[in-house]
Amino acid sequence: MSDREPLFSSKNIKLLTNPLNVDNPITVQVLGICSALAITVKLEPSIVMAISVIVVLSVSNVVISALRKMIPPRIRIIVQLTVIATMVILVDQVLKAFAYDVSKQLSVFVGLIITNCIIMGRLEAFAMSNSPWTAFLDGIGNSIGYGVILIIVGFFRELLGSGEIFGYPVFEKIGIYNIGYENNGFMILPPMALIIIGVIIWVQRSRTKELIEES
Amino acid sequence: MNQEADNQNIMKSLRKFVDKIKPHFSKGGKLAKLHSTFEAFESFLFVPNRVTTKGAHIRDALDMKRAMSVVVAAAVPALLFGMWNTGYQYNLSIGMEATIWENFVIGFLKVLPIIVVSYVVGLGIEFAVAQIRGHEVNEGFLVSGFLIPLVVPVDVPLWMVAVATAFSVIIGKEVFGGTGMNILNPALTARAFLFFAYPAWMSGDTVWIHGLKSGEGIIDGFSGATPLANAAAGLFENLPSTWEMVLGTIPGSVGETSVIAILIGAVILVATGIGSWKIMFSMTAGGLVMGLLFNAFAVNSFMEIPAWHHLIMGGFAFGAVFMATDPVTAAQTEHGKWIYGFLAGFLAVLIRVINPAYPEGVMLAILLMNVFAPLIDHYVVEANIRKRVRRAKN
Repeated sequence: MSDREPLFSSKNIKLLTNPLNVDNPITVQVLGICSALAITVKLEPSIVMAISVIVVLSVSNVVISALRKMIPPRIRIIVQLTVIATMVILVDQVLKAFAYDVSKQLSVFVGLIITNCIIMGRLEAFAMSNSPWTAFLDGIGNSIGYGVILIIVGFFRELLGSGEIFGYPVFEKIGIYNIGYENNGFMILPPMALIIIGVIIWVQRSRTKELIEES
Repeated sequence: MNQEADNQNIMKSLRKFVDKIKPHFSKGGKLAKLHSTFEAFESFLFVPNRVTTKGAHIRDALDMKRAMSVVVAAAVPALLFGMWNTGYQYNLSIGMEATIWENFVIGFLKVLPIIVVSYVVGLGIEFAVAQIRGHEVNEGFLVSGFLIPLVVPVDVPLWMVAVATAFSVIIGKEVFGGTGMNILNPALTARAFLFFAYPAWMSGDTVWIHGLKSGEGIIDGFSGATPLANAAAGLFENLPSTWEMVLGTIPGSVGETSVIAILIGAVILVATGIGSWKIMFSMTAGGLVMGLLFNAFAVNSFMEIPAWHHLIMGGFAFGAVFMATDPVTAAQTEHGKWIYGFLAGFLAVLIRVINPAYPEGVMLAILLMNVFAPLIDHYVVEANIRKRVRRAKN
């Protein structure tokens, strides 16, 4: 079937772009909120988390999609979880080996990617019934959609909460502290991540007509 | 011509002027976009002449604008006292003698900018949102903008007041649909925002008195700690006398210190029927009960202070009279008001005594009960329905 269809047909491109906008896993489906609250205090862990999820989701999507005809329906959840867990352990070990500091900051939340609802959701909803290539695109699209929100939230929380970007003291260099500015301690607390995500949803909904609900 | 006729003439010409410019603001006029701004000012000057068209209703002569004015009037004694106390505490800290009038002027000059910033930012956002959405400007912020300066320390930087006000109006109110739809009390939302965002300016011993943070000219050994801070630290010998705490000559947020000034406001609110006496009473009762419970167990020294001391320390009185009674965010049902107020007082003292990180539990307790108010109302209504169903069956 995919022999006849070009690799980047408009339908396949949609798989990539929809999750970035009208079908975003965080702002539209409101999944994966827990990790978005926990690890977005700074930009660096947000980006590492985004990359980890991209790797885990795209690979497990492909694996499950390749195995989809062999997986007995009654134990499919267990099989899916095994694949995700394997990927998460791999990612965790790589982080520990090559980015130990960030790995310590992310702590338990790397392991908790296993329970990230976005990943289970995509495997169950998409990979189980689509070919590996489309499943790969879907995985990349959704995890980037997740990662983009993480990075936006992380950017604002680090900039306004600590006055830094990637640990570089931006506000101090501009000299804004000398005129009485102070960092906003609320930005470092988890509720602020929720509020920032809320504002992103607000902006997105008012810009995108398809998302405006009938009232 | 006598004074009254003079006034009438002025009002008449004002009415004429308003009527003359009105067409520009109505649909199709040049300035139709600013319709709601015009409407807000018109109804500020004149009672609206709209009449009820559908159904028969009994209407109170007291509309929202008038109700808001009463609350502001009720808070004026606390504000005036707060201004005087600001100057009094300042002169105390630098060891100067000053007259009542001098004290008041110092406080007036310190507090006025906070009021101006709070109103300009809050009303600015309200007007802007009203223009964008094309509805009328709501009067809700007239009260919030007046209460925000009363619940912050006098030395808080003005830009922080501006940020907190913007946060509370946009995130606390407008995203929920504006005045009347908000879940949390806007003035307390602004205070909570400041408390969590800029703790260095909202807690500690040096923020409550003007000039203490910069530390210029402070006499040796002067402490600006509030009674609550002293009690939490176990320094009971530093506690001011009961009379000082009731009168309000103690450090604290601008308008919260004087129980007497707040009680004057409470009388105005209850007499006009705008503030619920049930909430004020049950919140006081809740605080007392929790205080007595602590007295009964008394495992540390903070638990041993007389229960009624909790009512005159910190923001308890102010919270009970002006914050918890906010008709939008409080429980709406009459039974619900008892539960809501009682739990607010109960939790306020609980947070105060148990969690040393949050010396001012009143703010958090009221915000928490704001969130629970709809739930309380729901169960009160359900209980009423069940009761009536049972009665119908018998």
